[in-house]
Amino acid sequence: MQASSVFRESLVTGGKTVHDVSHDISCQVENKPSRLWWMAFGISLVLLTWGAYCCWMMLWHGIGMWGLNKTVGWAWDITNFVWWVGIGHAGTLISAILLLFRQRWRMSINRAAEAMTIFAVICALSFPGFHMGRLWLGFYWALPLPNAFGSLWVNFNSPLLWDVFAISTYFSVSLLFWYMGLIPDFAVIRDRAVRMGHMTRARIYNALSFGWDGAAKTWMRYESVALILAGLSTPLVLSVHTIVSFDFATSVIPGWHTTIFPPYFVAGAIFSGFAMVLTLLLVTRKVFKLEDYITIYHVELMNIIIIVTGSIVGVAYITELFIAWYGQVPAESYAFYNRVMGPYWWAYASMMTCNVISPQLFWIKKIRTNLMATFVLSIIVNIGMWFERFVIIVTSLHRDYLPSSWTMFHPTMYDIGQYTFTFGIFFTAFFLFAKFFPVINMAEVKSIVKSTSEKKSSTAH
Amino acid sequence: MASKENYLVGIFDDEDVLLSAVENIRDKGVKIKEVYTPFPVHGLDEALGYRRTRLPIAAFLFGMTGTITALSTQIWMLGFDWPMIIGGKNHFSIPPFIPVTFEFTVLLAAFGMAGTFLVVSDMKPYKWPRMFDNRSTDDKHVMAIDLAANKISKEEISQILKSNGASEVNEKSY
Repeated sequence: MQASSVFRESLVTGGKTVHDVSHDISCQVENKPSRLWWMAFGISLVLLTWGAYCCWMMLWHGIGMWGLNKTVGWAWDITNFVWWVGIGHAGTLISAILLLFRQRWRMSINRAAEAMTIFAVICALSFPGFHMGRLWLGFYWALPLPNAFGSLWVNFNSPLLWDVFAISTYFSVSLLFWYMGLIPDFAVIRDRAVRMGHMTRARIYNALSFGWDGAAKTWMRYESVALILAGLSTPLVLSVHTIVSFDFATSVIPGWHTTIFPPYFVAGAIFSGFAMVLTLLLVTRKVFKLEDYITIYHVELMNIIIIVTGSIVGVAYITELFIAWYGQVPAESYAFYNRVMGPYWWAYASMMTCNVISPQLFWIKKIRTNLMATFVLSIIVNIGMWFERFVIIVTSLHRDYLPSSWTMFHPTMYDIGQYTFTFGIFFTAFFLFAKFFPVINMAEVKSIVKSTSEKKSSTAH
Repeated sequence: MASKENYLVGIFDDEDVLLSAVENIRDKGVKIKEVYTPFPVHGLDEALGYRRTRLPIAAFLFGMTGTITALSTQIWMLGFDWPMIIGGKNHFSIPPFIPVTFEFTVLLAAFGMAGTFLVVSDMKPYKWPRMFDNRSTDDKHVMAIDLAANKISKEEISQILKSNGASEVNEKSY
């Protein structure tokens, strides 16, 4: 017997049966894409093309095409890198940490969130890659491979090298976790194709599913793999943004050299990631008509996570200011005074408004269950989180130790172009995923349909 | 040509009916070849009498390989092969080696375990699985019983399946 709670709302609405789940999700893959899909995909391709032109110019002429100068050696590139990596974190949080905590509401959103993680990490990787100048030599320089200089090995004491290992492990393990989840669902599409007589499609999806048979023994092993992968991904995701924050925290630059960075970065990452998940899912549920699977209840729960993480980030900002004053180190105090009151005050003010004040609106139930308000706020949060990274990176650098070298940073068309390029990659990849892969984890949703779906004819729980 | 294997295939609509059916059918002395379900049914592996999987042990062994490889490589490269003094610090110290060691441990454990899973389950992209009834990936639970492995007659097993809630009983040969 399955118990159902009267305190919790249904996770699947519309009186769905197990067969309805297979049908509703698979038919997105089987049918021709809608006009709305073509429009969205077309816009993504335009962004990608324009961005690819800017990247090509930059590869040809070198990274002098960016607006960096002698004082500000890191600006949009690293800002965008940290922003994208942070966005990726929500996917792993939803699929791994919520699995360990047995939160069943993750089941209809984890697939899309994990896909988002993978595409966001690809976008993030492009920035340090391009920053190395010769992208194609990146692997050779960043990995400890034998070489003709001795061998002169990479510096394992450097957080930048830890980043190489952290981000590449994060990318590959997330990809593995996402793909393991897809295996049984590919088999669903394969068997539907067999029944419909589409043998080519059946063969393709059979290969993708590694010949999945759904035997009890296979499921037993599969569940064990999923659980261990979740257990491995949980410390992994925390380590990744911790190590990203080490890039700054282990330096001696005032404004970067703070011990609060690891937890502060991780909270910020989850905060921005959930905002991006909401932005994407609100569009996806509309385009693919998934309102019965991604319900207002899911949106509300995600908004609650945004309040929590947004407030943690707010406390971190205030703590930083307090410690800068309390520590009484002149350089440190000045870095923070300059951050709030200096020429970049507008960036700091945008960050505070978007990240600390705006998510507090979600305390009001009417707002956190309103889709339009959620959509707008999710974009505001992402703008705020971009400003957070910009503020940390640029305001700590632009007024360095010699006042004669103080300067401002001005992005060029190519800074903007490469950022556009990553949006192009991200949305193109996401729309392709949503067309060819099942966007909702069918096997997991099927396992809860019986206990949480609202019944058409039942009067009460 | 080898002689054909004959199977009796019971179709169940509900996982709770399936679970009690598995127990009753095994109590009657009928040997079940395998049960195919559209989603993981909790308790089914115990009802079928399967031993717990040893995949976590594989994950641990792969993880330990990663730890030892990463740590010893870093110690050898930076401590012995080309000692570098950076910022006046020791060229051999454990703490800065921990992040890379951790990441490599996770990487090997995850891929090692997933690879082992594919090998022990005999899953490959070019293999077409034996599907007794392909509705088992949609919404049906499919129980396959090998007639040659059972001493009880076909009619009797069919009767047991139906009385335990099977919505259909079909025959299938390979």
